[in-house]
Amino acid sequence: MKRIGTGLWVLACLALAGQAFGADEATIRQGEKVFDYWCATCHGQGLPGTIALRTKYNGAKPAMLSERTDLTPPVTKIFVRKGVSIMPFFRKTEIGDSDLNALAAYLARNNKAPGGSVP
Amino acid sequence: MTPPGVNAKDFSDALKQFEGAVGKEWVFTSDEDVALYRDAYSPFWGEPEERVASAAVAPDTVEQVQAVMKTANEYKIPVYPISTGKNLGYGGSAPNLSGSVVLDLKRMNRVLNVDERDHSALVEPGVSYFDLYRYIQERKLKVWVDVPDPGWGSPVGNALDHGGGYLQPMYRNHFDSHCGMEVVLANGDLLRTGMGAMPGAKTWQQYKFGFGPWVDGMFSQSNFGVVTKMGLWLMPQPDAYLTGTVTAPKYDDLIPMIDILTFLENSGVSNGMPGLGSPILGGFMMPQRSPEVTALLEKEGVASPALHKYAEDKGVPFWSCTVKFYGPEKAIRAQWEYAQEKFSAIPGAKFKDDEFYKLPLTPEQFNKVHKPEFGIPSLEMFSIGARSPYNPTPTNGHIWFSPIIPRTGEAVLEANKVFSQAAKDFGLPLLSFSLPSTYWMRSFIFLFGFPISHDIPTNKKNREIFKQVIRVAAEHGWGEYRTAPAFQDAVMDTYSFNNHALLRFHETVKDAVDPNGIISAGRYGIWPKHLRGTKA
Repeated sequence: MKRIGTGLWVLACLALAGQAFGADEATIRQGEKVFDYWCATCHGQGLPGTIALRTKYNGAKPAMLSERTDLTPPVTKIFVRKGVSIMPFFRKTEIGDSDLNALAAYLARNNKAPGGSVP
Repeated sequence: MTPPGVNAKDFSDALKQFEGAVGKEWVFTSDEDVALYRDAYSPFWGEPEERVASAAVAPDTVEQVQAVMKTANEYKIPVYPISTGKNLGYGGSAPNLSGSVVLDLKRMNRVLNVDERDHSALVEPGVSYFDLYRYIQERKLKVWVDVPDPGWGSPVGNALDHGGGYLQPMYRNHFDSHCGMEVVLANGDLLRTGMGAMPGAKTWQQYKFGFGPWVDGMFSQSNFGVVTKMGLWLMPQPDAYLTGTVTAPKYDDLIPMIDILTFLENSGVSNGMPGLGSPILGGFMMPQRSPEVTALLEKEGVASPALHKYAEDKGVPFWSCTVKFYGPEKAIRAQWEYAQEKFSAIPGAKFKDDEFYKLPLTPEQFNKVHKPEFGIPSLEMFSIGARSPYNPTPTNGHIWFSPIIPRTGEAVLEANKVFSQAAKDFGLPLLSFSLPSTYWMRSFIFLFGFPISHDIPTNKKNREIFKQVIRVAAEHGWGEYRTAPAFQDAVMDTYSFNNHALLRFHETVKDAVDPNGIISAGRYGIWPKHLRGTKA
C-alpha cells in the first residue's frame, strides 16, 4: 500500500511538473498564434532574434525561443513589457494582457520544472 | 503627470470622456501602461528631458477618434497620434511634448480594400506591412506592397513620415504612392482629400487631386490632423526580376557611373532600387577591405592618389553599381543589355549577370533574397543592430542622421569628404566611405546610424554631435529628410530661407486649423502659438 501510495505521489508530481505553469491546451494554442504573429518574424529560424540568442548563449540554450525549456511566464512578460537590447517593448494595443498570458504559457510549455506557478 | 497647462480636474474629466468614447480598458493611465509609450530608442532615455506621455487612448473607429478629438479640443489636452508606433529611430511611440496623451491608432487595423484590377488598397493606420501582406497572400492577389526594411510599421504612418522602400520608383517613395486620405481635424470634423471629397466618388484611390488645392502633403510630417484612412498604390506582381552589376576601375568614374544610372532610371529603363558599392573600399555586401587600403585611407583619405594607384595595380575596381529590373523576362533582359551599352561609355567598365528569378519566388529563393525587394515585409534588417558574432555587445537602439544628397558623383564624393572631416572633428568613429542608402528618383538619402545607449553621458555627447552634423550638412546645402523628435527643431531651423518663411507659413496654418494647438505639438518643429518660442 505504501509503495502504491508513493508511486501515485510520484505520478502526481510528474503530472504537475508537466503542467508546471498550469496552462490549458487552448491557452497554449492561443499563445502559439501570438508568437507566430508577433515574435516569429524576428525569433524564427535564421532571424535576428534567433541569431542574437545563439550568440548570447553559445549553445548552452536553444537559440529558437520556441524551443526553450527554461522560460517561465514572468520572464517572458518582463522581456515583452521591458524590451531588451534593440528589441523594443510592446504596448497593450499590440499584445494585450490576455494574449501575453497565453504567449507566456506557450513559451513555458516545455518547462517541466516543478513548483512553478502562473503569477 | 498631467499635460502641460491642463489642471488635474480638467484632465480627469477629459479622461472620463475618453473612457466613455472608447471604453475604459482602452484608456491607459497607470505608470506601467503609460511607460509602454516611451520611445525605446530615445536619445534622452532616463533623463528629465525624455519626452513621455501622460496617458494613452486607443480608439477603434473613426467615430471614436472624432469623439476623442472633440473632448481634447474642449479641454485643450495635447494629443499625439501614432499609427503602429514602430517609427523606431525616428521617435517611436513617444510624443514631442511631454505630457501629451498618445492617441494610439493601433486598434484601427482593418484592410478596407485591395483592388487587384487597378492595384490599389485602402487601409487604416493600425494596419502593419505584415498585415497587408498577409491579407494579400491569403487571397492570392497578384499585387505587391512596397515595404520599408522593418515590416512591422504602418503603411499609413510610414507614408506620412516620408518613408521609402525598394520597388519601382513610382511605389518606392511611400508618400508619392499614396492616393487619398481621410483625416479627423482638431475639432473632430472629418475630411476626405482628393476625390474622396465627393460623396459617392468612384476614384478615391485612383486620382489624387480631386478639385482645387491638393492638401495631402499638409498632413505629412506635420500636426494638422489625424489620418484615419489612406489609399495606397500597389505594384502589379511582375513576371521576373533581374540584376546585373557594372564595375568601373577609377575613382573619378563614380561621376559618369551615377549620371548614367540616373539617365537609366529617369528613362524608366532600370526600375529596381540600385546599389552602389566599392570593391576596393569594401563595406556592406562587398569584399573585406585589405589592410593596405585601410592604411592608405587613414593616411590620406579616399581621394588619395596612392590609393587610386593601388586599386589600379591590383586590378580591383573602384566602384560597382548593381542595376535591378522588374518586368517581363524578354523586356528586362533587353533593358539590362541597353544599360550595359550605356555604361560602356566608361573606359574599362565590366559587367556581370547576377540574379534572375521568375516570379513568384520558389520557397528556396524566398529564404535567401532581401525580402523588401520582392514586396515581402521582414525584420531581417535588425540583424545589423542585434547581437551577433559581428556585434557581440549591441546597443539599445539607434537614431538616423539622414540627409538628402544630390544624385551626382561629385556630391557623393564631397559629402564623404565633409562627413569624414566632421567625424574627425567631433570624435566619431571614422567613416570609411558612405554610399547612398535610398535612391529616390531625383535624389539620394545618406543614412548614418547614431547608437543609443542607456548611459546618459554617452547620449548627451551623441546628441550634441548630431546637432553639429545637422549644422555642417546644412552649411553644404544638405537637409535631413526626417529625424527624431529630439532634433526636429534643429532640422527645421536649417530650412530657413527668407527668415524661416516656410516655418512661418506652417505656423499660420497650424493656428488656423488647430487654434488650441492640441495635435502633436512640436512635431517637425511646428509648435502651437502658446508654446512657440519656448521650445525651439
